[in-house]
Amino acid sequence: MNTELPGIIATYLLTLVIAIPLGKYLAKVFAGEQVWTDFLKPIESGIFKLSGINPKEEMNWKQHMKALLSINMVWLVYGFFVLIYQDKLPLNPDGNPGMAPDLSFNTIISFVVNCNLQHYSGESGVSYLTQHFVLMFLQFVSCATGIAAAVVLFKAFRDKTSAKLGNFWDFFVKSITRLLLPLSLVIALILAFNGTPTSYEGKDQFISVQGDTVNVSRGPAAGFIAIKHLGTNGGGWFGVNSAHPLENPSYLTAMVELIAQVIIPIAMVIAFGYFIRRKKLAWMIFGVMTIGMLLLMIPTLISELGGSPAIEKMGISQATGAMEGKEMRFGPALSAYWSTVTTIISTGSVNSMHDSTMPLTGLWQLLGMMINSFYGGCGVGILNYFIYLIIAVFISGLMVGRTPEFLGHKVEAREIKIAALVTLLSPFLILSGTAIASYVFTNNGEAAWAVQPQNWLNNPGFHGFSEMLYEMTSSNANNGSGFEGLGDNNVFWNVATGFVLILGRFLPIIAPIAIAGLLGAKKYIPESAGTLKTDTVTFSLMTFVVILVLNALSYFPALALGPLAEYFTMLK
Amino acid sequence: MKKYLLQSIRLTVVLMLLLCVIYPLMVAFGGSFFKGNGGGEKLFKNGKVAGYALIGQSFTKPEYFWGRPSAVDYNAAGSGGSNKGPSNPDYLVVVSARIDTLLKYHPYLKKADIPADMVTASGSGLDPNISEQGAIMQIKRVAANRGLTDRAVAELVVKNTVGPLLGMFGPSVVNVLKLNLALDELRK
Repeated sequence: MNTELPGIIATYLLTLVIAIPLGKYLAKVFAGEQVWTDFLKPIESGIFKLSGINPKEEMNWKQHMKALLSINMVWLVYGFFVLIYQDKLPLNPDGNPGMAPDLSFNTIISFVVNCNLQHYSGESGVSYLTQHFVLMFLQFVSCATGIAAAVVLFKAFRDKTSAKLGNFWDFFVKSITRLLLPLSLVIALILAFNGTPTSYEGKDQFISVQGDTVNVSRGPAAGFIAIKHLGTNGGGWFGVNSAHPLENPSYLTAMVELIAQVIIPIAMVIAFGYFIRRKKLAWMIFGVMTIGMLLLMIPTLISELGGSPAIEKMGISQATGAMEGKEMRFGPALSAYWSTVTTIISTGSVNSMHDSTMPLTGLWQLLGMMINSFYGGCGVGILNYFIYLIIAVFISGLMVGRTPEFLGHKVEAREIKIAALVTLLSPFLILSGTAIASYVFTNNGEAAWAVQPQNWLNNPGFHGFSEMLYEMTSSNANNGSGFEGLGDNNVFWNVATGFVLILGRFLPIIAPIAIAGLLGAKKYIPESAGTLKTDTVTFSLMTFVVILVLNALSYFPALALGPLAEYFTMLK
Repeated sequence: MKKYLLQSIRLTVVLMLLLCVIYPLMVAFGGSFFKGNGGGEKLFKNGKVAGYALIGQSFTKPEYFWGRPSAVDYNAAGSGGSNKGPSNPDYLVVVSARIDTLLKYHPYLKKADIPADMVTASGSGLDPNISEQGAIMQIKRVAANRGLTDRAVAELVVKNTVGPLLGMFGPSVVNVLKLNLALDELRK
């Protein structure tokens, strides 16, 4: 206990020490100002030349979205076929089979959209070729897609009036060369030094001390695990993700993986402020996000460190907290911290099994994913937050009786409609998805799918409902963690979450870019005494309230049926 | 749109070279200099591989320290947790049975001496570690089954306990495989 709490405080402080300068650096990179990494320019020019791209060609917001969607479509088609035919392709030392079409459909969407929901297990479900040339590749580029999209939004507010918003390929490639690749290399080497495998050798076999024959899955995992965290992807090399001792060998690597997943989301907020020359706004946003994070994390820590009430009754010592599904080398405190971080930003990597956490912890995990913008995923966190900002501007404008404005641009009916629609999209996908799943579970239990609906749930009662709610929430949030007891590798879950994933990714990217593009092209209105200021504490509070009210209204009934009901039954 | 598609395909191919060939090969090159040469650190007994330092293995014999319960029986080719929810009645029966088993083999223990990690399944099913208390509670049994003094075994436990990172951050743990290998060394 006394060494576990300092561990998480140190982790968070180190995160800030890296993330804040990184944000300032990113603002300069994307503004095209001089930075120390400019020695990489020749590599970038080479990439552009080979791809037939002119990085100086300016695009408007629609062209940006066309470029974004084109390249994502290419990845979807390419990956789908590699997954199906991986057994016939090289680099498959363990002889793993090709994927069924429904599983391939789900997996490829899941990785393209930066979610990394995994209905397969890394040890037996994919080849090394798939791991590197599809999954790890997508971990890099899906994160870069999110960052590039966010930069398009930044660009719309940098100058007074501008329909020209830079070049998508330029932002996209620079995200990789100036940020993701160099940092991943450093992180991968730290992991390798601590014992994560890097070589291409297949499974190993040995005789254990007691004489059992043991097979050990291995593979070149270190590079994969680095970008999995840095890019808020979260998909594991091994089935149990970062709980696996080779994927996350020690407390030190756990700290590194935790820091890696939070630095870009925080840096993007700082970069926003520096890029549009409104630093105070960035710090206000950062403040709201941090308070939001703490409000989810502190109760999570309390519920996990308190241990399981049921095991308490058996008279067992839970000196450090609840241990089911947790690894000894991390302990409950760091695991609780991790479960908060991985759900508020959209990583979804896990170092403990969320299905086995306490009922209230599950509640905070779900809520973190539903809000999805307390820091949020790579690039998309700030985009999600932007939607809340627009709604807050609108409501505040109505309250004080002024035309709503954001950063000198009038916010009018069209923008508000887009923001409102995308705000409603999340509850629609999550709740109707869970409702349909519950219906199928109850009324169609005998369906002849790979896992029969009646066998979907690993736990009875309210917790079982939470398993389905979690899966839909995680898909919509592009998070990728799961209550993994759910029997999800069958046609229903593969297809249903596939659609939720793709809608939950692209609409929430296109909507804020569209709003920003529309706003940016409008005439700039200089600030006056009558302007609603968005970089004040009052307005930040307003935004915070908007976030809470919207999410509470949307999700309280579902949360009451799942984790809250389980919590109260355990009190008895 | 056609222009963007063409650029997309070319850019994808170029980036693949950078991200899927050059990058992992650089990592593999770096990793080959570290412990285990990038293939995972192995531990040896009488010159033969006895296991991986980071991968827990099953210990059930009375002369060895036991590890944590595993939902996958320490199958290192397919990791997994129990994914049992905290209120699941079947799960609570299993935990209760684990407590009884421990008490049967360690009649000198009170329930409050048993730490939670010894009766709950780990996240990976391959947890190589137990808590300090989890090792201490087994000392008497192991010593009795090996004809050693409690003190000699306790000393080994202390030697194999790894404290928090920099003495400040995280839990203290005991690597079960390393401890058992050290025990076997002692017998010689």
